[in-house]
Amino acid sequence: MTQGIYRIEYNRRLTADVWEMRLTGDTGAVTAPGQFINIKLEGLFLRRPISICDWDGEGITIIYKVVGRGTAALSGAEPGQDLDVLCGLGNGFDVSKCGERTVVIGGGVGVPPMYGLAKALQKAGKTPIAVLGFNKKEEIFYEDQFRALGIETTVTTVDGSYGVKGFVTDALRSSYDYFCACGPLPMLKAVYNATATSGLLSFEERMGCGFGACMGCSCKTKYGNKRICKDGPVLEKEEIIW
Amino acid sequence: MVDTSVALSGIRLDNPVIPASGTFGYGAEFAELYDINCLGTFSFKGTTLSPRFGNPTPRIAETPGGMLNAVGLQNPGVEKVIAEELPRLREIFRKPVMANVSGFSIDEYVQTCALLDKEEQVGWLEVNISCPNVHGGGMAFGSSPEAAAEVTRAVKAATKKPVYMKLSPNVTDIAAVARACQDAGADGVSLINTLLAMRIDLKTKRPLLANGTGGLSGPAVFPVAVRMVYQVYEAVDIPIIGMGGVSSAEDVIEMMLAGAAAVEVGAANLVSPFVCRDIIRDLPEAMKKYGINSLTEIIGGAHHG
Repeated sequence: MTQGIYRIEYNRRLTADVWEMRLTGDTGAVTAPGQFINIKLEGLFLRRPISICDWDGEGITIIYKVVGRGTAALSGAEPGQDLDVLCGLGNGFDVSKCGERTVVIGGGVGVPPMYGLAKALQKAGKTPIAVLGFNKKEEIFYEDQFRALGIETTVTTVDGSYGVKGFVTDALRSSYDYFCACGPLPMLKAVYNATATSGLLSFEERMGCGFGACMGCSCKTKYGNKRICKDGPVLEKEEIIW
Repeated sequence: MVDTSVALSGIRLDNPVIPASGTFGYGAEFAELYDINCLGTFSFKGTTLSPRFGNPTPRIAETPGGMLNAVGLQNPGVEKVIAEELPRLREIFRKPVMANVSGFSIDEYVQTCALLDKEEQVGWLEVNISCPNVHGGGMAFGSSPEAAAEVTRAVKAATKKPVYMKLSPNVTDIAAVARACQDAGADGVSLINTLLAMRIDLKTKRPLLANGTGGLSGPAVFPVAVRMVYQVYEAVDIPIIGMGGVSSAEDVIEMMLAGAAAVEVGAANLVSPFVCRDIIRDLPEAMKKYGINSLTEIIGGAHHG
């Protein structure tokens, strides 16, 4: 983990309440897709954890949904502004555990980390496929970016206004040998039950510090107590206790 | 050259800056970030006789100028702390450490303290009789002078190490509790633990924390802590470790002027992981700015004249 100042290159709306922000700064601490950053915002005491969507040598892309005061403040931040960021938090997805044909499953704002993961899987010589779930057509983002990677991509909408009608679990038709998922808890649970292979699931929790100091985000697993921020947010399917 | 050193019960600290229990684990997470040997010492995660998972989540909430926590004393239990954490600590920290202890009965406090008494690296015992986030113990012992004195007496009989009783601000008269601890043999007192508080989620219309209530900490409580340290300094002759919302070198000086012999830094560690290193770096400059040559000399300075 590193603490640094990152400059906002752009901060743009993708849907009614989902935003994409590009931050320029040191990315040396990012070691795996699925890690997150923790952002200090003016007027708020606790930092706000946001997953890393994509990164390169120059900066980080994050995608966030405006749900509370923190993300509302983030959406008001202007290009050129500097943010105090803890970078490279959490374990992330271990690409070496993933199969040759891993299905990456994202639901809503669980989609962003799956983009960086899909790229990392490709870089490792694997052939991922993607299933992206949204409530309705207006809420879809990043479908084009996934397709631009040249990977088989299926979009589901709960109301059937686009793609496959239903949930991500209704689109797990292609054969796959491993899965990685990020999304709301009911989705993760459905994926856990619908998949026959091993896999990795990324969890969310309210955090204090984000780097393992405060025990604010602990959960029980079959491998013992874990901190979502430090020992997670990615857990193995086999260790999860619902 | 200014002198930042202080002493707690005869043990010298290079500076008065002590990360507070529950915000610093057993040191390992911060040792990855900086050399923690720059610290005066640190108070390790509240340790109980048996392992504890703590409260359900959410355990954390934002507040104006601070935060709530209701972790509920999650810790691996004293035996595992001694077997696993302390050997690891010796690798990263070469100073005496402050062992923070909690319990649910006097017997538990005594057993835990007796086990830690044998550990060479433990310099002081900080006995938490003020955790607001557990039921049947914790704060109950710190809520009355009589109960606080009873724990103090029992723990003092079980250890040769200096005992600092960590006091709750959730009482009518904290000075009376501090005096009772002193009379029962405490070597010092630590204050303040967090203030009992609550937030309610407007969307669910339920308390935000799974535990309902939590403990308030952060800059919002700093003036409350300064006031209580000031009051306790008037009431006792034993050293006070002051804490509550301390975030800067100036805050450390203010807390010492109120009467603190050393100062703990809590919530600030969670949002600024390098804050204790930075406070220690900034202290000499802040001392010069206010014409202070020795920190020891300013303890309780606000009471004179």
